[in-house]
Amino acid sequence: MADKDDLGRRGEHYAADFLAEAGYRILARNWRCQQGEIDLIVERGGEVVFVEVKTRSSEAFGHPFEAVTVAKLARLRRLAAQWCDAAQPRPARIRIDVVGVIAPNRGETRVEHLEGVF
Amino acid sequence: MALARTHAVALLGLDGSLVEVEADISGQLPAMVLIGLPDAALSEATQRVRTAAKNSGCPLTRNKLTVNLSPAALRKHGSGFDLAIALACLAADEVVSPESVGEVVHLGELALDGRLRPTPGMLPAVIAATKLGYTTVMVPLGNADEAALVPGVRVVGVASLRDAAIWHGAKLEPLRVEAIMNVTEEEEDPVEPDLADIVGNEDGILALQIAAAGGHHIFMLGPPGAGKTMLASRLPGLLPDLDAAAALEVSSLRSLAGRHVGTSLVTRPPLESPHHTATAAAMVGGGSGLIKPGAASRASHGVLFLDEAPEFASSVLDALRQPLESGVISIHRANAIAHFPGRFQLVMAANPCPCGQFGSAEQTCACPPSSRRRYLARISGPLLDRIDIQLDVRRITAAQLRLANDRPGLTSAIARSRVVAARAAAADRLAGTPWKVNGEVSGPWLRGPQARLDPSATAALDRALERGGITMRGYDRVLRVAWSIADLDGVLRPGREQVGQALYLRKGMTP
Repeated sequence: MADKDDLGRRGEHYAADFLAEAGYRILARNWRCQQGEIDLIVERGGEVVFVEVKTRSSEAFGHPFEAVTVAKLARLRRLAAQWCDAAQPRPARIRIDVVGVIAPNRGETRVEHLEGVF
Repeated sequence: MALARTHAVALLGLDGSLVEVEADISGQLPAMVLIGLPDAALSEATQRVRTAAKNSGCPLTRNKLTVNLSPAALRKHGSGFDLAIALACLAADEVVSPESVGEVVHLGELALDGRLRPTPGMLPAVIAATKLGYTTVMVPLGNADEAALVPGVRVVGVASLRDAAIWHGAKLEPLRVEAIMNVTEEEEDPVEPDLADIVGNEDGILALQIAAAGGHHIFMLGPPGAGKTMLASRLPGLLPDLDAAAALEVSSLRSLAGRHVGTSLVTRPPLESPHHTATAAAMVGGGSGLIKPGAASRASHGVLFLDEAPEFASSVLDALRQPLESGVISIHRANAIAHFPGRFQLVMAANPCPCGQFGSAEQTCACPPSSRRRYLARISGPLLDRIDIQLDVRRITAAQLRLANDRPGLTSAIARSRVVAARAAAADRLAGTPWKVNGEVSGPWLRGPQARLDPSATAALDRALERGGITMRGYDRVLRVAWSIADLDGVLRPGREQVGQALYLRKGMTP
């Protein structure tokens, strides 16, 4: 497996742990459909949150948030609508968040969370 | 605090207005939005600022930045806002002190490596900031000398955004960088051409001194090669040094035109000689979007020389009538009016006919009378109305050349000292009136009790008026020139001789 995929997987773990600690309930990980994948779907207080996780090993080429483009968010929005169509019961409110993980090979891993970005 | 503000200056013509630059940080994905009617160059500031900040070691926040340029309805041009935008963003992130940033006016363009580039229009912008009550301006080091020409302002010259951030209290180590300086353009020969180079043409030399003493506009008519251009280029050398206010205005216009200003104010009157294919916008200023000064503005407090005047488009020549009347050039656009100074001394030169030989002794003119008439009629009557002196310039003969070799000519330095004395005398006499030189004085004042001349002195002039040789307007013009001649000669009021000479300088002119 390529290193970058491994890094991505590790990042998603960190993000899930981070959100769980913040009181979110994990509904799904790597939810897939024909059009793509949602990294994390979590819920807190009746609000369903679709999370894009972006992981980098350092900030040398920019912060992870900078790699989240408008096109990527738009796709996430479409996927979220598909998930809602299938969900029972339909969620009352939804939100789209981004979690940035900086996971260097050695040293502290940092997790940052932006709410309602789109 | 996620909100900070600082100040910059937006220029419209020579007038600057204060622009408040506000930056707000909100918890969204990295982005930078610039609002407040920026033009294309200013919109790109977002890219320059983000990159420059990163390369200066003080990256902008990774959240969304909203930057507002207020007043939002005023159009803003150019790249001079970069520094203010960058510091407002850093202050919103508390990298630098918001209080410190809020008290300073910031001007300058950023390079991607974080250094500051010299920015055109610095001098008028700093003048505007001072007028609006700000005492500290931060400018690129390459502009610091220019900004320091403005009295009563504290200029902080910085080489890079890092230096600017440190000045405002950022906790960074200073890093020496090579400041970007203005490309020192080849200074055009600072030595003004000297009057002593002129051979013969005694009339011309005298007329130039009279024009310089009285601020009279002058029209030179003569065949090609007679020395019209040579005479005209020596007029600025006869004018006195600019006073402080005029020097600041001339330097500001230089700065606005994107030319190098240097470490001291321009103290010599400028000379502008646009080519005869110039458009109206090139002459009086204009341009889409950013309104730039034209040749007439750049010649303010100096000389505007139009060689081959009939070859200019008549609309271009007539565009000069407004500044000749009011001394101000106003350029109207749908969303703004820009004012530029336009108090110049006009010098026009023309051939007497399309082939240029009419009236010369050596060759015969081949032009039919109708085309000759049409040629000079291209200069409209209202424009000629403002010209006090018409000069016939003739080619030099071999005999004159031999004579000139024996006798050294008058130098510009001596002529200028005469002109300065004459102007002082005129200013003394005109104290308490709105005028400073004879060329501006109105006709009724000249004929009023305070300046009325002896009937014996004006006898020749009165006779010309009776015969219909000149009009009332022409009469006034002769009087104006006569006063200038008297000032030059050092006599108290013009006598028969001075009036005669003034009349001679109008010969052949439209009545």
